[in-house]
Amino acid sequence: MIDFINFYLIPGIVLGSIYALGAIGITLTFGILRFANFAHGEMMTLGAYLTLTMMWLTGWHPLVLLPVAMVLLALVAVGVDQVFYRPFRNSPAVVVVIASFGLMLMIRSVTQFSWGAQLQAFVPGIQRPTIFFDVLRLQPKHIIIITSAIVLMGIVHYLLTHTRIGKAMRAMSDSPELARLTGIDTELVIKATWILGAATAAAAGVFLAFDSHVSTMMGFQILLPTFAAAIVGGIGRPYGAMAGGLLIGITEELSSYPWIGDVPLLSPGYKAGVSFAIMVAVLIWRPSGLFRGRVF
Amino acid sequence: MDQLYGYFLYGLSLLTFGGIYAMLTLGLNIQLGFTGLFNAGIAGFFVVGAYVSAILSTAESERHLGGFDWPIPASLVAAMLVSAVIGWAVARISIRLRADYLAIATLGIAEILRLTFKNETDLTNGARGVSYIPKPYENMPEPWNQILMAAVVLAIVAVLYFLLERARKSPWGRVMSAIRENEGSARAAGKDVDRLRVQAFVVGAAMMGLGGGMMAHYLKFIDPNAADPTTATFLVFVMLIVGGSGNNKGAILGAILMWTIWSATEIFTSMLPGDLAIRSAYVRVFLIGLMLQIMLQKFPDGLLPEKRLQSSDSR
Repeated sequence: MIDFINFYLIPGIVLGSIYALGAIGITLTFGILRFANFAHGEMMTLGAYLTLTMMWLTGWHPLVLLPVAMVLLALVAVGVDQVFYRPFRNSPAVVVVIASFGLMLMIRSVTQFSWGAQLQAFVPGIQRPTIFFDVLRLQPKHIIIITSAIVLMGIVHYLLTHTRIGKAMRAMSDSPELARLTGIDTELVIKATWILGAATAAAAGVFLAFDSHVSTMMGFQILLPTFAAAIVGGIGRPYGAMAGGLLIGITEELSSYPWIGDVPLLSPGYKAGVSFAIMVAVLIWRPSGLFRGRVF
Repeated sequence: MDQLYGYFLYGLSLLTFGGIYAMLTLGLNIQLGFTGLFNAGIAGFFVVGAYVSAILSTAESERHLGGFDWPIPASLVAAMLVSAVIGWAVARISIRLRADYLAIATLGIAEILRLTFKNETDLTNGARGVSYIPKPYENMPEPWNQILMAAVVLAIVAVLYFLLERARKSPWGRVMSAIRENEGSARAAGKDVDRLRVQAFVVGAAMMGLGGGMMAHYLKFIDPNAADPTTATFLVFVMLIVGGSGNNKGAILGAILMWTIWSATEIFTSMLPGDLAIRSAYVRVFLIGLMLQIMLQKFPDGLLPEKRLQSSDSR
């Protein structure tokens, strides 16, 4: 039982927190700008590499540098939007998604060119877990990731419910026409969306790197589960994205638990397939997601 | 003279690769260009075709399923059929989804197919791949083997082009563009939109499977990395957008042109010294992405824009 918690449930929650943070950005751009942003994974990667570079320069802890990385990544996102997405504001979604394919390739090649394709790590070597009550193994990094993710989700919640711009974002996600009629500055809302999406993407990338390593493909590798989290939660529903992220992360880890007999229920090699299966099931039976999001 | 001969062989390889990619772009053109189906899982159908044709035609080996020794044309037909069946299953599940969702779903299916070929080591030799795949005319003296290979690929592309042009001008093709332009009115006119979309998806998937099979025979080797989305999915998108989505000639032109650029830039970057050569390889990917952006923003119709059918074109 305790093995179940130590080796399956806790890693599941950690992974789920990372997916949840990534899915917030996906669901916001999907809800407000109306397209699936395939370049979001590369934004997470870029956030991790920016933090790694600042660690080399200052020697500080990644958590201290995360706010700086968030600001830098937000600047990148707003700049990218002006050059590559703004011309397509009135274009069909297909065109914008293809543009995001192109951006994905461009951002990835920039990170590969700048930092090389080999694996890097925030903290070299293996970390020893702290043991609680003799049996509960918790790694310090896992505690940091889970608590920071909770704090960040709290901030996102505050921004969306208690600030003017956050309310405008939710209004525009619900009905862009109505939002425009009530005099909401849509370009300002779009900027805020990119900033919030980039900040959470930076956090997701840094935590993922903190949990395992930094690589140029890390963001793309979690893009599919992150999409799945956003869809399962309901498009345009940030809370749904959080719930969906946790659900997907935990299910992925639990899928390789030996539920029946001694062998893993599902070979760990197929972990990535789990999130996908959940997503397809949701798309077929409840396309609006758990939290009744939009269906386009 | 030797140098010229080298250029000649290189030109043949460009035509062969470009022709194989043209099968993929023509397949995507039916799905995206004609019918508006956003298939981001090209790599999946490509790799299925490649493995099916490889395993059916390769001699017995302890490392993977095999020993069927089928002739290459038969194994290619099987590759198309299996890709088509998988495409049918995918389409049945996801054809009602809107564009973006369909893209996410198909990208996921391609990823699962890649994982399957990587993990089922008994069947596919896992990450080490299937080797010693027979190649058409490989026993002929050079350069005839290369010439014949290129000729076979281009002949297949020509046949596909002819068939697709017939299909485009037929009532079937006109309904397809009606669905893309205005699904509601196509439905209101009594067309079975879902069924027609599934048909377009299946035909496209079969052509991607054929391309995968040809690639396996041409390279004589296939491994799960062939399902890399950059070269097997996104490059194909760039090819179709550059050539002209909705135009079959454009699809072929885009494939051969972009493959030539992709391949020729590799020659330049590989001449750079050491570490710079490895890093500048990434610049090529950047340029491909940038080219896509420029085309989308400045020339959204591509080099050869779609020709709208006039009533005089129909027969």
